[in-house]
Amino acid sequence: RRRDSPPPPPQDSVERIVEDAAMDLSLNPFSSGTRLRDMIRAIRASKTAAEERAVVRRECAAIRAAISDNDQDYRHRNMAKLMFIHMLGYPTHFGQMECLKLIAASGFPEKRIGYLGLTLLLDERQEVLMLVTNSLKQDLNHSNQFIVGLALCALGNICSAEMARDLAPEVERLLQTRDPNTKKKAALCSIRIVRKVPDLAENFMGSAASLLKEKHHGVLISVVQLCTELCKASREALEYLRKHSVEGLVRILRDVSNSSYAPEYDIAGITDPFLHIRVLRLMRTLGQGDADCSEHVNDILAQVATKTESNKNAGNAILYECVETIMGIEATSGLRVLAINILGRFLSNRDNNIRYVALNMLMKAMAVDTLAVQRHRVTILECVKDADVSIRKRALELVYLLVNDTNVKPLTKELVDYLEVSDDDFKEDLTAKICSIVEKFSQDKLWYLDQMFKVLTLTGNFVKDDVWHALIVLISNAPELQGYSVRSLYKALQASGTQESLVRVAVWCIGEYGEMLVNNISMLDVEEPITVS
Amino acid sequence: WILFQVHCHLIFLFFSASSQINFVLLISRQGKVRLTKWYSPYTQKERTKVIRELSGLILTRGPKLCNFVEWRGYKVVYRRYASLYFCMCIDADDNELEVLEIIHHFVEILDRYFGSVCELDLIFNFHKAYYVLDEILISGELQESSKKNVARLIAAQDSLVEAAKEEAGSISNIIAQATK
Repeated sequence: RRRDSPPPPPQDSVERIVEDAAMDLSLNPFSSGTRLRDMIRAIRASKTAAEERAVVRRECAAIRAAISDNDQDYRHRNMAKLMFIHMLGYPTHFGQMECLKLIAASGFPEKRIGYLGLTLLLDERQEVLMLVTNSLKQDLNHSNQFIVGLALCALGNICSAEMARDLAPEVERLLQTRDPNTKKKAALCSIRIVRKVPDLAENFMGSAASLLKEKHHGVLISVVQLCTELCKASREALEYLRKHSVEGLVRILRDVSNSSYAPEYDIAGITDPFLHIRVLRLMRTLGQGDADCSEHVNDILAQVATKTESNKNAGNAILYECVETIMGIEATSGLRVLAINILGRFLSNRDNNIRYVALNMLMKAMAVDTLAVQRHRVTILECVKDADVSIRKRALELVYLLVNDTNVKPLTKELVDYLEVSDDDFKEDLTAKICSIVEKFSQDKLWYLDQMFKVLTLTGNFVKDDVWHALIVLISNAPELQGYSVRSLYKALQASGTQESLVRVAVWCIGEYGEMLVNNISMLDVEEPITVS
Repeated sequence: WILFQVHCHLIFLFFSASSQINFVLLISRQGKVRLTKWYSPYTQKERTKVIRELSGLILTRGPKLCNFVEWRGYKVVYRRYASLYFCMCIDADDNELEVLEIIHHFVEILDRYFGSVCELDLIFNFHKAYYVLDEILISGELQESSKKNVARLIAAQDSLVEAAKEEAGSISNIIAQATK
């Protein structure tokens, strides 16, 4: 028990280390080399990178020696050390074969650390991985369910397409086992297999559909996710699941939504939000473009949308998924209204996370109901000025999508006003968006010029070359506005000449139309004469 | 053109309904890596780069900002617990609120397992933290929503290891080794 006892108190003194070593020696006179804990302490006690490297070098040398001696006694802790060293960023490929040996050993402890080493030290692109296939096959057929679990986990995390093909039949078989722990792991492992080899999707759809009758939550969340994956991989699986699983899904969601307090699954007063969310997601996949399916799930969606508490994150996560589903399927208008209402509430939530998510949802809602999103324009504009840069960025993108002939002028005014006070790192994005908007609506030339002059004055340095080139082109093609342009630019230059692009455009203008400037030629109604010295 | 792109993007958003976590990262406030688990292929070099980039992004974020950063077209959901940042990377259109719950699920389970978990626990018993994670996620997908079940499964496996150790530590084995 010594080796895995709780860590020492933070006070790491030399006496303590010596004391521990002596204790260890007295218990096991054949102990040699450092223990994992001592290596970690030595590394943490290193004051320089060079010191750390020295410790690591020494340990690696010892481990290499142990490996080549085929030392059986400390394989376990050597692998643990290797993993720790690997996490620090040092190369550890010499230990890869050790993983294989540990996995091939007969005991559970060896396999456990061997499989962990495998998933940490290797990735799916390495050829060494192929050598594990045989061990995996054996372990998938082991009588000890935990060893089967280790194999499924490793396979699910790291298998390549080849391994997936090789071992798919074993995993399929394990979906039918009685032990729920094994079943859920097999289901998730199947997800990876189908991702790597989509052709195999049809092999799993029958089992997946029938497993929806299970009661065990772990199995359910895994199987529901598997179904979602199958639908993405294969048209046939999608059709099959549409036919065979919708009723079951509705029942699952209704049961969990109506369930009374279940301490094992309770999060913030809701029973198993994860199950809620996964079922909602699968319903979205099945109901997309399918009126029949959509109709079947309509009622339960309405129930979840109205019943779910939204004062904690768990509830909001469910509502978020629910809204996504409503907007993704052929929903009734009543359901859509429910969804947009939830969005509206989210947008005014004080929690930054919820506002951020609302902005995301609204972007997607644009494709479904632009008018509803327009109604939230003012709040969205407020978000452009938020303290949080993630929210500002999202809001700006959304505002850009919302611009139309009716609202472009007030929206642009807000954005330009904000440009003056915004952070420097946001100015670039904001400038680009404003220029983009203004250019799109440049039929009203006078307005276009005014906006461009303002932007050049405020953040001309962020204005791209092609943008102010276009400005010059427009001015040269609009004789009635040349006088106005040169006078406005002159005034702007006097007020602030720090922005290079402004200076360039102004100087060009004055060069071309200097006469108009000095003599106040072709003045517009809005102008007042100026004197130029 | 931009509107067209956005439209295509929106359509894509509706079709993909994945929930896969691409990787899990635990870093200390000083940027030390305490745990990494990769569910998408990243070479060693790429992993180091990713960790450096994300550490820079996340460790400098103020406390009142939202728990999501956009990075390389992905989203990284993170939450700080004492001196550790728990980060999970997901696709741009995944449910980030749910991932916050998954992070919390993981933390609560660690807490129960280690008994009021602290950073030192995760340093000296990092391999155990990985065993716990492997009972929560496979292939970046959630495996078990019952904290009790996860605890039970880990305890059972720990017992197997204990039993094997006791057997190996028995007198007869020591004698056998001495006479090798």
